[in-house]
Amino acid sequence: MTDITKDAIAPPRSFLSQDALQVFYRLLAALLICAVLAVLSDSFLSLGNILNVLRQASLTFFIASGLTLVVLTAGLDLSVGANVALSACIAGTVIHKTGSPALGILVGLACGGIVGLLNGVMVTALRIPSFIATYGMLWVLNGLTYWYMAGETLHGFPAGFRQIGSGYLFGLPIPVYLLLVFLGIGTAFAQRTVWGQEIYAIGANPVAARLSGIPVARRLLLVYVVSGTMAGLASIIFLSRLNSAEADIGESLTLPAIAAVLIGGTSLFGGVGTVFGTFIGALILTLVLNGMNLLSVSANWQPLVTGIIVILAVWLDMKTRRRAQ
Amino acid sequence: MREAAVVVQPNPLQRIPGVAIVLVLLIALFSAIAPGFLSVANLSNVLVQSTILTMLALPMTLIIMTEGLDLSMGAVLTLTSLCVAIVSLATQSMLLGLGAGLLVGAAFGILNGWLVAMVGIPPFVATLGTLGMAQGLSLIVSDGQSVVGIPHSVRDIYSATLLGVPVPIVMALVTYAAFHGLLYHTRFGTYIFALGGNREALRYAGLSPNRLLIAVYAIGGAMAGIAGLLMTARMNSGHPTAGLGLEFDAIAAVAVGGTSFERGNGWLLGTVLGVIAVGVLRNGLNLISLPSSVQVASVGVLVIVALFLDGLRSRA
Repeated sequence: MTDITKDAIAPPRSFLSQDALQVFYRLLAALLICAVLAVLSDSFLSLGNILNVLRQASLTFFIASGLTLVVLTAGLDLSVGANVALSACIAGTVIHKTGSPALGILVGLACGGIVGLLNGVMVTALRIPSFIATYGMLWVLNGLTYWYMAGETLHGFPAGFRQIGSGYLFGLPIPVYLLLVFLGIGTAFAQRTVWGQEIYAIGANPVAARLSGIPVARRLLLVYVVSGTMAGLASIIFLSRLNSAEADIGESLTLPAIAAVLIGGTSLFGGVGTVFGTFIGALILTLVLNGMNLLSVSANWQPLVTGIIVILAVWLDMKTRRRAQ
Repeated sequence: MREAAVVVQPNPLQRIPGVAIVLVLLIALFSAIAPGFLSVANLSNVLVQSTILTMLALPMTLIIMTEGLDLSMGAVLTLTSLCVAIVSLATQSMLLGLGAGLLVGAAFGILNGWLVAMVGIPPFVATLGTLGMAQGLSLIVSDGQSVVGIPHSVRDIYSATLLGVPVPIVMALVTYAAFHGLLYHTRFGTYIFALGGNREALRYAGLSPNRLLIAVYAIGGAMAGIAGLLMTARMNSGHPTAGLGLEFDAIAAVAVGGTSFERGNGWLLGTVLGVIAVGVLRNGLNLISLPSSVQVASVGVLVIVALFLDGLRSRA
């Protein structure tokens, strides 16, 4: 992690340069998985299943897109899953108590954002390494959520609210539209705004970034708040899709989100990667898990496969970077 | 080499206050507000329950000294605990069960070390990946069910006594002695200090930092195997979530115990005091009937505070 100077020479990569090739490879991989699954399983190519894959991928993408920005700064947010659980439980309670989905959505987003802010403060002001700070946060949030719910399950939300996660518009699930919107916003923010480019610069070389006048601490704070708020958004979609909230819904979300970011080609060492890559990463991961499901592999295998994919993705990333140098 | 190690060794006067104050404050607090906390039965209970954590926290200290981290330890302990249960159930032999646990634990440790040292993946991500793998394997070998009916020979380990001292405590003491000897009185221990403090020096001295790193992670995995035996004995069964989050308590104990996350020095006795502090915190909160969720959250706060103080000290 000390050889940051090597990366500093490379400017933040724009969408069409080498990244285009990396994204192209990943699209190819996704298509290949599709082809294999289409041969192996009759039901893979049905409309219902494809829409299901897209919807699942969008859930992973919401969490992973915010996380992408964090990883671009060479940080990590391990608290996203636990954040989704707490935000969902609090938003669910607000909707139950007040009957107002709009208020619940606002509170859910705010809860996610506040958790992100706390993460950002720990990383910037207290200077705790991000993976440890957010790991501590994970357990604080887990404890809070279990204590708050006390074993209860919230169930049954207004029909209008449930449309967000399970409704359709012109034949496509509503989360897919949200995915397209946030994919657009995320890509535009990272590639076309000064703040976005500053985030790349911080990841590539924090010292150079500081010396060139970038307010590093404030940008880092922003990145963790965005990551937390996206977890808040994901919690709303989950709440509305599952029509229930329990304390344990976040436990299986963090590893897939990290997997999606890494498969998508974002480097753990910061400064390299795109939000669009993360979308492809979420798609590939969902395709693999969906394929296992269709081939009736027990769900018990999912953490094993996700874990292997995380390690393979980092290994591939390091290999291609070494060759590029 | 020897002299270099002495330089980076902790200054006890600077350290003892931190973790000792935390421990004394916690004990004073719970003596005041938790009825029954100060009884001999309860305190010995705290110590016996701390033994499993000790066996994880000691190797975690070594790993963190190399500027590493092992997030997979709790999940690996779950897996080894299941292996002990399954093998001892099938063979009715405690030793074969322990052997299986050790083997699987060491294999995961070597995998972790290989990923960190040879492949060069940052430790927290490499071990997060193996955490998923160990969790998945636990679900697969147990099919999500508890493994019950394990033989008496396994069960008795947790409840038996040796000269009036509970066997788990004897095992923890032996482990501590072994780690103390290894870290402070062998060349390997000196190398561990150098792994975190000055890796280049090792290379110039003609040693392979990579092989040493793999050995450190392998020790962690093997210790998770031994702790897996204790866990199975304690629960009288193998359970697919037995070790969930234990790595976090171990990291907490190391952090509270004053081992630095960034400078390659560690203090084993501090880690043991940290383990007891975590044990006292959980036990005390339990006695005043706060649910385990609050215990988890408070350990999280404890870690963040300890790391904040560590950061302050390293800048001072």
